[in-house]
Amino acid sequence: MVATPPRVGVLDLQGAVREHLRAFERCGALTVAVKRTQDLAGVDALVIPGGESTAIGRLMQEYGFLAALAGWDRPLFGTCAGLILLARQINDSSQPRLGLMDLRVERNAFGRQRESFEADLEVPVLGEAAFRAVFIRAPYIQEAGAGVQVLARFEGKIVLARQGAFLAAAFHPELTDDLRLHRYFLSLLPWCQQLPDSPDES
Amino acid sequence: MAAEQGTLRVKRGLAEMLKGGVIMDVTTPEQAIIAERAGAVAVMALERVPADIRAAGGVARMADPAIIAAIMEAVTIPVMAKARIGHFVEAQILEALGVDYIDESEVLTPADEAHHIDKHAFTVPFVCGARDLGEALRRIAEGAAMVRTKGEPGTGNVVEAVRHLRAVNAGIRRVVAAPEEEMPTVAKELGAPLELVLLVRREGRLPVVNFSAGGIATPADAALMMQLGADGIFVGSGVFKSKDPEARGRAIVRAVTHYRDPAVLAEVSKDLGEAMPGLEISALRPEERMQERGW
Repeated sequence: MVATPPRVGVLDLQGAVREHLRAFERCGALTVAVKRTQDLAGVDALVIPGGESTAIGRLMQEYGFLAALAGWDRPLFGTCAGLILLARQINDSSQPRLGLMDLRVERNAFGRQRESFEADLEVPVLGEAAFRAVFIRAPYIQEAGAGVQVLARFEGKIVLARQGAFLAAAFHPELTDDLRLHRYFLSLLPWCQQLPDSPDES
Repeated sequence: MAAEQGTLRVKRGLAEMLKGGVIMDVTTPEQAIIAERAGAVAVMALERVPADIRAAGGVARMADPAIIAAIMEAVTIPVMAKARIGHFVEAQILEALGVDYIDESEVLTPADEAHHIDKHAFTVPFVCGARDLGEALRRIAEGAAMVRTKGEPGTGNVVEAVRHLRAVNAGIRRVVAAPEEEMPTVAKELGAPLELVLLVRREGRLPVVNFSAGGIATPADAALMMQLGADGIFVGSGVFKSKDPEARGRAIVRAVTHYRDPAVLAEVSKDLGEAMPGLEISALRPEERMQERGW
């Protein structure tokens, strides 16, 4: 019997939507660009991509996503701006957010674009090989609640964390060809083990 | 775990994050705050918007660093600023200020009539204007991490933006359709490096994000450029030269998000008050056409 691949939605209001769609397709998942709250009905998991968190947050509020996702219980993955929008607390900001993860985050925490960087991260849940992580005007997690599992740090700062089936990264796994973090997210879905290995993985 | 700054991936990456968004020209911290509230993904800090540069005449230069610094202080979204074409010292100053992106822009008076800035020499990324595929690839070869197809700035007339985005698209289609052995000749005709032409052929698109700019004044203009294939929009004079900048800014942001949804476009286009006054392109003398600056 062939299992139906999971359907992953990527919130398509602004930001690096195309890269996430492509990464999940390469992992063998089906994908949906989520423009309207109605598009949430058919998805097994949702990704909030990188972009400008203030712009995405305002559009989420205006187009009903904050309300529609208030009691969300399917797997959720936020990268960079997505991490900020998932956090309960954002230092010095009252911007609209989902607040579904017990995190306190600092925005633009490593500096402006001039200070943006890429670096090799140790991420034990992804195996021994380092993960090349791209940080762009990135936030970090200053405080994580008791139910949050810290998955990676950079220079002591929390940059990858998981709370149940919610995953948040301060960096951009969608900007590199390494699919391990996307696969890890899919492993949080019940039927992931059925996924075929994609042939083009490097 | 050494961190590497200013890599191509980091420079192009910020542009990737701006996709599907609107970058607005602002001249004061107050305007920057209005733009951020309207949902802009970044602001371009200027001393004057293009319509006023056009009206003032004379030599247009980099903005006063005090204005740029005040705007950077006022908002948390990225701040871009313009340097003159070829004026690498203005660019050095902008980098020292910590702006997030430098626009090597034809809106200002060019400082060098033969060479653009060597953008590889900088940690801060650059966006440059282009009118066709060859110009876009030359700028990318010089290190541009983002391209902006040019319109005619400060006119409120979208016709040139359409012409040039269509020209870039036509160039890409030609490169993709022609057999690979013709690529050296195609590269020669485009005046672009062969390896970049081959990259476009493989990917079917530009290797960097491409926004549309110049003459966009309404939500419908913005959605038109998005449907033609732009990754996002720069609005120069179109927001703050209109009657109600905040309402118009919000409407253009929403039009870019829902650019394929005519019902949303109809809704956001209502009751915006007057758009900026427009200029007929043929009424401009050749020396008044900013798009022809850059080579």
